[in-house]
Amino acid sequence: MRALVFTLLVLLAGLVPATYGPPAHAVAVDVDALANPALDQRARVIARQLRCLVCQNQSIEDSNADLAKDLRQLVRDRLIAGDTDEQAIAYIVARYGDWVLLNPPLKSSTMALWLAPVVIAGLGLAAIILRGRRRDPARADHTLAALSPDEAARLKQMVDGP
Amino acid sequence: MLNQPGSTRLPASALWRALAPLGIFAALASVLFIGLSLDPKTLPSALLDKPLPSFDLEPLDADQPRLRTADFADGQVSVINVFASWCAPCRVEMPILGQLAANGDVRLVGLIYKDKTALSRRFLAEYGNPFSRIGLDPLGRAGIDFGVYGVPETYVVNGQGIIVFKHVGPLTAELVATKLRPAIAAARLAPAPKAASVG
Repeated sequence: MRALVFTLLVLLAGLVPATYGPPAHAVAVDVDALANPALDQRARVIARQLRCLVCQNQSIEDSNADLAKDLRQLVRDRLIAGDTDEQAIAYIVARYGDWVLLNPPLKSSTMALWLAPVVIAGLGLAAIILRGRRRDPARADHTLAALSPDEAARLKQMVDGP
Repeated sequence: MLNQPGSTRLPASALWRALAPLGIFAALASVLFIGLSLDPKTLPSALLDKPLPSFDLEPLDADQPRLRTADFADGQVSVINVFASWCAPCRVEMPILGQLAANGDVRLVGLIYKDKTALSRRFLAEYGNPFSRIGLDPLGRAGIDFGVYGVPETYVVNGQGIIVFKHVGPLTAELVATKLRPAIAAARLAPAPKAASVG
């Protein structure tokens, strides 16, 4: 009797997630979750920062490629072995280069990449300030002084009415 | 800025202003054109000019020695080919590897990546075995240590066990002549290993 109840429970436990779980497309591609949730969370955060080498614009966390699966497992193994997040990332970078990082590090070779937005924003700001100066009201007086007496009379007539 | 009424000549600054967008367009177009000619599939290799990763792999046949990193620091230039029976381009390049082996002037080593031994044996029986040594990497861990993206990949290792050349994808006769052969020749010219301190 007890065995029967147990079997039923196991069957139900198997059924429930299949029926009421999230739709299949929303399930993470990962099946290699770690028993330790904190470690697993760290592994997922790391995996999101690493480029899948086969699909190139996906992280290894998002990718279904075999190599991405292997790399996810490798990250988990490194964490289990006691690596810090930085050490685990450095382990992969040593094999695949900086290119594997979706966030390029700030180095002399990537300086242009990091500084370009600042430089371009600075140039834009400078252009706006220069334009603003040109429209200075003190300079606008010159335009007024340039009206001939005729024009000034016509303007006065337009403003004051006939 | 004041324009003389009736004058058709534009001041120099106005001319510059009219040409500026054209100049910016030309600069942007040339940068993007250069970008178009780059191949996004060419992948940077982190291990180039670095020593081989550390590995100690099972042979395909039990009577053969294991394949170890230290085997490559004996002064001989080696070509390491990473392949698998499930990889279609690997089949294409097997005749090329056969020719390379037939020349007999370079040590050709195979690294079987994530494959079942029975299938690897059948593959080599069908396409011929050009490799003087073979190491097995059933879990792909040695592959990751090599920085493998996908099979086939081919490496040239100099006599000190330093990776001096890497090619991702199948070899062709043209690639062997224009890239692989020169890389092997250059590796031979590299300075001799320092006494017996290496390996």
